[in-house]
Amino acid sequence: MILYVLLAFAYAFLYIPIVVMMVFSFNASKLVTVWGGFSTKWYAELLTNEKVLDAAWLSLKVAVVSATIATVLGTLAAVVLVRFRRFHGRTLFAGMVTAPLVMPEVIVGLALLLLFVAMEQAIGWPAGRSMTTIVVAHGTFSLSFVTVVVRSRLDRMDASLEEAAMDLGARPLRVFLSITLPLIAPALLAGWLLAFTLSIDDVVISSFVSGPGASPLPIVIFSKVRLGISPDINALATIVVALVGVAMAIAGRVALGRR
Amino acid sequence: MTGRLGRFLVGLPPYLWLALFFLAPFAIVLKISLSQPDAGIPPYLPLWDAAAEAGRQWRGTFDNYARLAEDGLYLAAYLNSIRIAGIATLACLLIGYPAAYAIARAPTAWRNSLLLLVALPFWTSFLIRVYAWIGILKTEGLLNALLLWLGVIAEPLQILQTDLAVIIGMTYSYLPFMVLPLYATLEKMDLSLLEAAADLGCRPFKAFLAVTLPLSMPGIIAGSLLVFIPAVGEFVIPDLLGGTDTLMIGKILWSEFFDNRDWPVASAVAVAMLVLLVAPIMIVQNARAGAEDKAGGKGRR
Amino acid sequence: MTVAPAPWTDPASVPLIRFDGVSKRFGDVVAVDRVDLAIHKGEFFSLLGASGCGKTTLLRMLAGFEAPSDGRILIDGADVTAVPPYERPVNMMFQSYALFPHMTVAGNIAFGLKQDGLARPVIAAKVKAVLDLVQMGKFADRKPHQLSGGQRQRVALARCLAKEPKVLLLDEPLGALDKKLRQQTQLELVNIQDRVGVTFVMVTHDQEEAMTMSSRIGVMNAGRIQQVGTPVEIYEYPQSRYVADFIGAANMFEGTVSSASSAGVVVACPELAHDLTTAHADPLAGGHPVTVMVRPEKMSIGRDAPADGFNWARGTVADIAYLGDVSIYHVRLDSGRKVEALQANLRHTERHKLTWDDPVFLSWHPADALVLTR
Repeated sequence: MILYVLLAFAYAFLYIPIVVMMVFSFNASKLVTVWGGFSTKWYAELLTNEKVLDAAWLSLKVAVVSATIATVLGTLAAVVLVRFRRFHGRTLFAGMVTAPLVMPEVIVGLALLLLFVAMEQAIGWPAGRSMTTIVVAHGTFSLSFVTVVVRSRLDRMDASLEEAAMDLGARPLRVFLSITLPLIAPALLAGWLLAFTLSIDDVVISSFVSGPGASPLPIVIFSKVRLGISPDINALATIVVALVGVAMAIAGRVALGRR
Repeated sequence: MTGRLGRFLVGLPPYLWLALFFLAPFAIVLKISLSQPDAGIPPYLPLWDAAAEAGRQWRGTFDNYARLAEDGLYLAAYLNSIRIAGIATLACLLIGYPAAYAIARAPTAWRNSLLLLVALPFWTSFLIRVYAWIGILKTEGLLNALLLWLGVIAEPLQILQTDLAVIIGMTYSYLPFMVLPLYATLEKMDLSLLEAAADLGCRPFKAFLAVTLPLSMPGIIAGSLLVFIPAVGEFVIPDLLGGTDTLMIGKILWSEFFDNRDWPVASAVAVAMLVLLVAPIMIVQNARAGAEDKAGGKGRR
Repeated sequence: MTVAPAPWTDPASVPLIRFDGVSKRFGDVVAVDRVDLAIHKGEFFSLLGASGCGKTTLLRMLAGFEAPSDGRILIDGADVTAVPPYERPVNMMFQSYALFPHMTVAGNIAFGLKQDGLARPVIAAKVKAVLDLVQMGKFADRKPHQLSGGQRQRVALARCLAKEPKVLLLDEPLGALDKKLRQQTQLELVNIQDRVGVTFVMVTHDQEEAMTMSSRIGVMNAGRIQQVGTPVEIYEYPQSRYVADFIGAANMFEGTVSSASSAGVVVACPELAHDLTTAHADPLAGGHPVTVMVRPEKMSIGRDAPADGFNWARGTVADIAYLGDVSIYHVRLDSGRKVEALQANLRHTERHKLTWDDPVFLSWHPADALVLTR
């Protein structure tokens, strides 16, 4: 019984701040402690704010492209780590794949920015901070997360399935395409979603590698909230929570329907 | 079994990508950490002075590192980062363990939904969730209003812009990372072990201490690392919830870079963090993974 | 069934599979140690041994999943040592069956045929034919997780047979089935092999399975082949203590050769009151250390001393294991050693039923006493 009280406490801790935000997004007053009546004016303000809309669109593009890059490269890396037991440079490779997981974001951001500056000096690419630099940066650090997800799925997969396919006459590439890939597809999807979320949520790395012309949504939010409470962010939070909730519900339905 | 060429082609893209965008940047960070600051663009001098008369001349310096060692600010920030992240990890454990335990013992049909509720906040914006605490914790915020109304306090408390606010924010943000691995180990646990303990005359609480807690150790360690690692290098939470006197190493690096435009010192801070923070964590992680591989290998046929 | 002369006894017969001094090392561990083995067309050959004896590694080398560290493997005269698995005329039925979970039964079977680039109608016809062969025609559109263990096993078999391989490899094919189903499936597998005429090579740790199904058995231990022979040869004439002990139960008496003649070898056993006579034809020098092995069912047990010419030993009944059809008597000899004797329970009641602590004689015919030198 005590256990369930503690569980309820944990959920309250997790959800009260979110609920508070959602409630106050409809508050006509700018103050958190004063209820100034029901209003949707913050939504109107948010949805007519061109800067916010541009940033959201950029974030979406960056997240889709970088998640796709991370999924492709992360899957290859997972295959290398699980299936190729011995090769030259394996330790270095495994180290490079796992290191971003424990690397503070400020370091990754700083290092990538310094690289981009050095490359621009040396070869003229990338020209300034743009969507490209954000995509490369996000792709690099989400790659490791995709690898973790795909790797655990590959580890659990019965290796004799691949052997059986080869035994039945399929060459390695065919084995990968018609056996391995369909079987790890759920992990690829999970990895892609994780990479997408990491990208669309990232503040620190983007702060280093984005420029004045290309500010993703979290940067815009961050510079707003650093100045204090701004109620249109409450409205944004409510929209995000609603979108994620709907997406989860759909995913749940799909998962149940398949069973 | 795959041909050598095939393996090479599979491994090459991720290898090259990581070498270029992960390994090479650190070489550059190391290089710049040895450079002298400069007012130009970029704001540092090259290590070799190509224009010098007597051929190329070494202009590298260890001054940046010397500054880290001499100025107590950096050491204080380093220790404070570990302290704050450590307390937040402990708080996550204290809240997360009972929650994970309750979910693992809940009816099977409920478990997935309960877990989803824990994970759901993770999929919503981290930044927005941290921001939510500003409205709650600030002097004229909800928490103070509630406490005043209840008569618990007479004067509003200063919580925002203190270390406590940072700890609350971290605990809140990273709680799911603690619950999920704890649940995974607790759920796998064989309940007949507890029955055996009871059968042998062990009372429930003692059985918890003697059986459940040691068996859930892998989950405790995994969860603690998942919380501690991102917390210790955190920038957003101390920036939004902490005060100007909240020293954390991630914040120091940020302000050296963005506010002081001192790239060489920022790079030196990064290198120091790598050596003093990331390297020990990676060693612990590897040791743990190795131990788990061994334990897993015994069970496998 | 007509009895044709066995191909392995015919010196002119060319083996289908040949292992030529094949070894496999994993780091410091020698999994397979200098194996020479010939398997003939149409055989049902079993590799039998305890887990870790190297039998699975040997099979995997034949399939092409492991490369030998030394030696060559030939199939139908061609050296396949360096040929990848997808180009070998060999198919394997995996212990886990390894059915592709995302494909239907028909899709699983068609997979191998598609790799050969066959036309679609040809594939469909072949899939139907093999499914009918294993009586799984009705299940063509099911997914593997909708099948029982026995049905999965049939699909796995059909998937291999569809490829019409020269050799079919079976890795513990019945390990996942329960006992009743296993016995039934053993005979079915043999019947199917009879019909399709493909050479089968099976790995198993279950001696009963190997005895029931095989034309010949190779007993493996510590990476080496200990003995190759028909089930009868392996059981009745084991060539080493290891094989005698591994297959069935065996009573062993250590001793030395006291005399040898064309009639057989006489062995002096310090444990027994008299010398043992055997029908061992190979004349061994006097004093040669040997082991005399007698199977429990070859030992008679009774209260009376045996007739002349029989070997015997005296002791008391220490334990009786009643198994219904037979009883196993554990007899403690005067030397303190325990020996097993097996008797069929032919009648409901036996007047002179033996019981605990009864003094008894064990006796056996010289021809049933085997002399082992290894």
